[in-house]
Amino acid sequence: MSAENILRSYVLENYLFTDDQSVLSNSDSFLEKGILDSTGILEIINLLDEEFGIVVEDEEMIPENLDSIDNILSFMEKKNN
Amino acid sequence: MCGIAGCFQYKSSVGISKNMLERMISRLKHRGPDDYGFYINNNIGLAHSRLSIIDLNTGHQPIHNTDKSIWVVFNGEIFNYIELREWLEDKGYYFYTNTDTEVIVHLYEHYGIEFVKHLNGQFAIAIWDSNLNKLVLVRDRVGIVPLFYTEADDALFFASEIKAIIPALKSKPSLNYKAIDQLLTFWVPLSPMTLFEGIKEVSPGQILEIQNSKIVSSSYWDWVYPDDNNYWCKNENDLAEELRELLIDATRIRLRSDVPVGAYLSGGLDSSVLTSIIKNFSDTPLRTFSIEFEDKGLDESDYQRTLIKYLNTDHSHVICQSGTIVEQFQKAIWHSESIMLRSAPVPMSVLSNLVRESGYKVVLTGEGSDEVLGGYDIFKENKIRQFWAKNRSSNFRPYLLKKLYPYLDLPKSSANSYLKNFFGIGIDDPDIPYFSHLPRWDVTSKIKSFYSDSMKSALKVTDFADIECLLPANIKNWNSFNRSQYIESKTLMSGYLLSTQGDRMLMMNSVEGRFPFLDHRVIEFANKLDPRLKMKVLNEKFLLKKAMRNYVPKSIIERYKQPYRSPDISSFVGDNSRDYIHYLLSEDKLNEFGYFDSFKVNLLRKKISAGKAIGYKDNMAFMALLSTQSLHEQFINEF
Repeated sequence: MSAENILRSYVLENYLFTDDQSVLSNSDSFLEKGILDSTGILEIINLLDEEFGIVVEDEEMIPENLDSIDNILSFMEKKNN
Repeated sequence: MCGIAGCFQYKSSVGISKNMLERMISRLKHRGPDDYGFYINNNIGLAHSRLSIIDLNTGHQPIHNTDKSIWVVFNGEIFNYIELREWLEDKGYYFYTNTDTEVIVHLYEHYGIEFVKHLNGQFAIAIWDSNLNKLVLVRDRVGIVPLFYTEADDALFFASEIKAIIPALKSKPSLNYKAIDQLLTFWVPLSPMTLFEGIKEVSPGQILEIQNSKIVSSSYWDWVYPDDNNYWCKNENDLAEELRELLIDATRIRLRSDVPVGAYLSGGLDSSVLTSIIKNFSDTPLRTFSIEFEDKGLDESDYQRTLIKYLNTDHSHVICQSGTIVEQFQKAIWHSESIMLRSAPVPMSVLSNLVRESGYKVVLTGEGSDEVLGGYDIFKENKIRQFWAKNRSSNFRPYLLKKLYPYLDLPKSSANSYLKNFFGIGIDDPDIPYFSHLPRWDVTSKIKSFYSDSMKSALKVTDFADIECLLPANIKNWNSFNRSQYIESKTLMSGYLLSTQGDRMLMMNSVEGRFPFLDHRVIEFANKLDPRLKMKVLNEKFLLKKAMRNYVPKSIIERYKQPYRSPDISSFVGDNSRDYIHYLLSEDKLNEFGYFDSFKVNLLRKKISAGKAIGYKDNMAFMALLSTQSLHEQFINEF
């Protein structure tokens, strides 16, 4: 499964409790849509570590890196490079 | 406390069935296991189940006046009954018992419905006035003692708990979707609505007069705050002294009893204040009770021990062990008649059981102090959000919220972005009366994402502005801190803390709670305090600490305020899993009851099984789902 699909499934199943792909677009802001709370953000960080081996530094825990599927994918690409 | 029930055929002259009254009152045996009593006369019937606390020998109810034209059943306590009785005897009234109930009868004879303004107590009262062919139902000022009613055909039925009214319903009971939706927003249905279709509560501070085929409702008391800046013009030391004297007297009259009185000791400031007052200002032997948790993050036993040693109290404690909550949960739902968003009420039933097993029927508790004297985090959160709203672009101001919620484990570089989203709701309109509660209601409302399609289509979703039906017209003139206190007192305190977590968990074991901080004299005094004296910057209950600093250990005065919590999801998984959980949350039962989408619930359960449901929202959602299913199973399916 692609990183995008893994991330989408994770957010859909664990925060939106649905398999309906139409309720989440890759540009949707997790914060603005109320999808994640503070522990949710930590869970996403944990997922990046466990699933993709990406360690998120403190200063990287900002919405620009983590607040949507698109932002996370860009952030992962940046980290992998 | 006791249980009361009754029926008034107020639109017809059909006689009352004693069998019906017996069926109703028998559901309240836990509230009053010591005695039953009935009064039936044509179209009126009153029933009483008694927990004997005052006048053990002649306190049988219903109680009547001299010519037997006025009859009363009463659940609660009138703490100033001694003074009222002396006054009434001076006026020539004859008493045939030593009860506080008989004071109600004669006070009503003297004042009519204005009698209630003279009572200092906690009560649900039904008065039958045969001279006027009128039934009067009255509930105490703040909602300590419950009282419900329904209209069925030509009759009005009332009772201390809903389960005693259900036998009188003409059709099968059902849960009220609108009330569920309100609870999943405000934590409680908005009074007088209850979770049960067609059943209302007599609201705190309300009188119902049923006469001439009509029900007339009026309010005799409410939480009133002065317009901003019209507070007590006294110095801080004098106010602290006055508060201490009021609390001493409020406690003193709440120790009146013909059975021994104990006290809860949580290790927090409020129970420390009460136990210190009992120790220092009364002759009552200090007997205390506490609960401990295996989870050290929730346990306060270190502070409890500090106080036990300091006061040299005769103390008993019980440990809420892993497995206790899941074992007691269904019983707690039966008694609370409510949906629970936390498991926290359940350990309170374990504590009241300890009290009862120790031979006590009455305990004093510190409930109400946080609402009256400004102790809750939501008041601090409101102060910070108000401060932030004055400069919305500030990066520093919202960061103060992290001081309040240290568990928001975010580095400084990113915290503001997140805090602004979590707590920024309504920040552009800080003058709306319910500004303080928007973040809580917003988070709670997330549970609704689990609604089934049929639930969604059947209801008009609650708007936060719906709360305005409970708010007085002049609330906009009050300080924002006081507005927040008002909303907290009228929603969470009366509908949840005093009820689901209070009266119901006490009465489950036939134990009466008494609440000195909710003496109306204390409330009326505190409401006129400058909010800055209640919370100095972010130091909660400042004036209370000042008033009691010579009587409570410094370590308690200065401790970090820990909200009372108990484990939620973790109480129901792993070794604590039980068949009833799988049954109630099965696809079949979810679809049959119809409130929640079984697919979504299943995903939450999978998340829980994977150990990933650690957040506040998931915990609250799980508790809501399980308790709603349990409530339906016990009251709708099986009743």
